[in-house]
Amino acid sequence: MSDLVTDGKATTAPQDGLSVLESRRSTAETFGIPLAVLAELTHRCPLQCPYCSNPLELDRGGSELTTGEWKKVLAELAEIGVLQIHFSGGEPTARKDLVELVQHASDVGLYSNLITSAVLLTREKLAALADAGLCHVQISFQGNEPDVADRVAGLKKAHEKKLEVAKWTRELDLPLTVNAVMHRQNLHQLSDIIQMAVDLEADRLEVANVQYYGWALKNRAALMPTMAQIEETSRIVEEAAVRLKGILTIDYVVPDYYALRPKKCMGGWGRQFFNISPAGKILPCHAAESITGLEFLSVRSNHSIAWIWQNSEAFNRYRGTGWMPEPCQSCEFKEIDFGGCRCQAFALTGDAGNTDPACTLSPMHEQIFKQAEREAASDHNRFLYRNFAGGTLETEGEHGA
Amino acid sequence: MALSRNISVSETSRPKLPRHAKLKFDETRQVWVILAPERVLAPDEIAVEVLHLCDGVRSVSDMVDQLAAKYAAPREAIATDVVAMLQDLADKGFLTEAREKTS
Repeated sequence: MSDLVTDGKATTAPQDGLSVLESRRSTAETFGIPLAVLAELTHRCPLQCPYCSNPLELDRGGSELTTGEWKKVLAELAEIGVLQIHFSGGEPTARKDLVELVQHASDVGLYSNLITSAVLLTREKLAALADAGLCHVQISFQGNEPDVADRVAGLKKAHEKKLEVAKWTRELDLPLTVNAVMHRQNLHQLSDIIQMAVDLEADRLEVANVQYYGWALKNRAALMPTMAQIEETSRIVEEAAVRLKGILTIDYVVPDYYALRPKKCMGGWGRQFFNISPAGKILPCHAAESITGLEFLSVRSNHSIAWIWQNSEAFNRYRGTGWMPEPCQSCEFKEIDFGGCRCQAFALTGDAGNTDPACTLSPMHEQIFKQAEREAASDHNRFLYRNFAGGTLETEGEHGA
Repeated sequence: MALSRNISVSETSRPKLPRHAKLKFDETRQVWVILAPERVLAPDEIAVEVLHLCDGVRSVSDMVDQLAAKYAAPREAIATDVVAMLQDLADKGFLTEAREKTS
């Protein structure tokens, strides 16, 4: 879920989206309003995935924006030029007003996408969402069969339910993306997951290696793939992308600990993406709150969303290239990767302004590469499940249930 | 299996945009865009004109006739370009064929 725009994906068509608009000198070039925004409606979720992209400090239900507040936000987004809205979470279907919000998105002209675990959906609810104008459904899968998938999700019968909802999605003629978050303990199922996506008549498959912030960072030793797994993964994805051309589009997010160059995280800080947290904070990425010392403004403040995007200190802090220290500042790739990921730099070096250690030019690169190899080779497989209580460690008999 | 989305465009095809691909004029940026899952494409003027003709009723052949008349251009050249462009969009999943009514 971390790369919602088109970055870090090997199979992305070159004329896609922003690059085309930018080449036409659209306002996007000068930090214009993003084309797509992620709305995290709630942090409540029946799943407990150990790599959850939500922050460790989850927003409680009581702090969530109301229906009226979200509707005002949607109208404001459409008004300032946002084209697509991704309804995410937590689990967005845990919100009782989801159909109303999707309808409102349609009414104000936003293209809507539901990013869901699917386990709370009924056929009637899905049909109501389709009638409200929902344009696309993305369902997360944790594996290709219940043993691995339900254990990772920390919820019994989750996999079975997901398969059922995926079938309803296609029956209702809604386009389907299967999102598969991959890590050491499920990468052996990748070929089967690709086939599962084909069998489910999905249009797209996201093969997203875990990105290590927040919950995933806490679970890194249990999730980090081996170098051999990554090589095999790339081979499988490349082969499948060719074989399934015209049937299934595969977007591939590479794991950056093993990369030579860092990812262009979020397309650059404050450059083409923002998300809105359940409590209404406007964030440069969903992990941004992990960086301490930055103040993120809310839609409940007396500033407009466009003002926050353009003028707030947090968005301007790491925007563009002016803030960069060496080795980034004199690097020929500085406008290609924008120094990598600020959250990762903060998590691994203690300073969000440092070069992302995923980059070989970072003085810490060698260290994190070795650490990844060491953790991948370890036999630490127990998960710390994600929940409001600060996490629950997996035991022999209980897999998060 | 997903056959309706893996189409081969010919002059007899009656293509249309699938539900998940929406052609829209972006007022803020003053360009036509195709909105699709995780994608925003900015088709050029010719593509926009052709896409407006893709209503699931018109055949590609009708479109080519219309464009050839409008631009007073050789039909054959236009047909080649239009089919190639539509096939490219179809391969990317932004075009489908009108389904036969089964009920």
